[in-house]
Amino acid sequence: MDIVLAIVIGGAFGFVLERVGAANPQKIIGMLRLTDLHLMKVILGAIAFSSALLFIGLETGLVDAGHISIKDVNMGVVYGGILLGLGFAIAGYCPGTSLCALGVGRRDAIWFVLGGLLGALLFTLLYSAIKDAGLLTDIAGKTSLAATGSTYGSVLDSGWIAVGIAVVLGVVAWLLPSKLLGK
Amino acid sequence: MHTTEWPWLKGALILGAVFFAAVLLVKPIGVSTQFVITDGIIWSWFDKDVAKQDKNSKSGYASSNAYLNKSGGKYAKSVAKPFNYSYVFVFAMIAGAFVSARLRGASAYPKAQLQMPDAWRSAHGDSITKRNIAVFIAGVLVLFGARWAGGCTSGHMMSGIMQTSLSGYLFAAAAFAAGIPLAIWLYRHA
Repeated sequence: MDIVLAIVIGGAFGFVLERVGAANPQKIIGMLRLTDLHLMKVILGAIAFSSALLFIGLETGLVDAGHISIKDVNMGVVYGGILLGLGFAIAGYCPGTSLCALGVGRRDAIWFVLGGLLGALLFTLLYSAIKDAGLLTDIAGKTSLAATGSTYGSVLDSGWIAVGIAVVLGVVAWLLPSKLLGK
Repeated sequence: MHTTEWPWLKGALILGAVFFAAVLLVKPIGVSTQFVITDGIIWSWFDKDVAKQDKNSKSGYASSNAYLNKSGGKYAKSVAKPFNYSYVFVFAMIAGAFVSARLRGASAYPKAQLQMPDAWRSAHGDSITKRNIAVFIAGVLVLFGARWAGGCTSGHMMSGIMQTSLSGYLFAAAAFAAGIPLAIWLYRHA
């Protein structure tokens, strides 16, 4: 059953990422240069919509809180986020969209994925050293802003507040112009 | 033929529905871990200790590598038994994008753009070698960064912010704070 869901949800995810232009590095570069914010609107809008559905589902008991998975907030999120942002700007690919680009037949995506396999291997080998050097120091553990009803901690006691946050994100997505810079 | 992308609102609603379906039915979407699993699988062809059964570990598997061995040998187990939800998921993504591209038709993908994006070509010339070297280095940075951060654009940014995870906000802030200035500078002649 798990495998069937992986094929259906993974397949849909790849299909939709391709259809919104996320598998095209030109669109990612345009987003980061602020000359084409179409993808930014899509991503913000998608997060807003899914977040509203998720928290309504959690509050009404439709969604099993056991499916929630909150990641650690540590210094690695900052350092790693910066490195990822730099590579994202150079290539116009992130891990998920590079795989979609492989499916499209983009030649440069092959080199990105090979580089990615090397980068992941280097981290795997250097993990202990990075941890020992204090470069994964904890900041706030696995914490969310709104209450999820799961075993993870949250800053606020309310889950409904997340629906309010989602509405704000949705409005931002709606109002965001299609470009901030460029002709 | 769909030569252009979906309008943003249609894309946002359908993409959002996929994120939600993933959490409703299984768990939040994530991708970058599977690069580590692929490395582990290849590595384990040469060194059996990279992923081996271990009764004392929580997952039933252990690794000689500290990263693959963390969280009760969770990654070691995936390396030993990759036919699982998360690993099949990334191959399904490739297939899903392939199907989308086939249905849109070849006219949506000019050959030159399959080699490199127009922005790169006008800023840095049309050398395929130069583009591929740059993209390879970018791939190293992105996946090293993603594993250091504990997730990528999918896991931290999309799934994370969807769950109002603090890590998601911090990750998005760090990635865009680095990515936007570099992209503006790198493609200033595009």
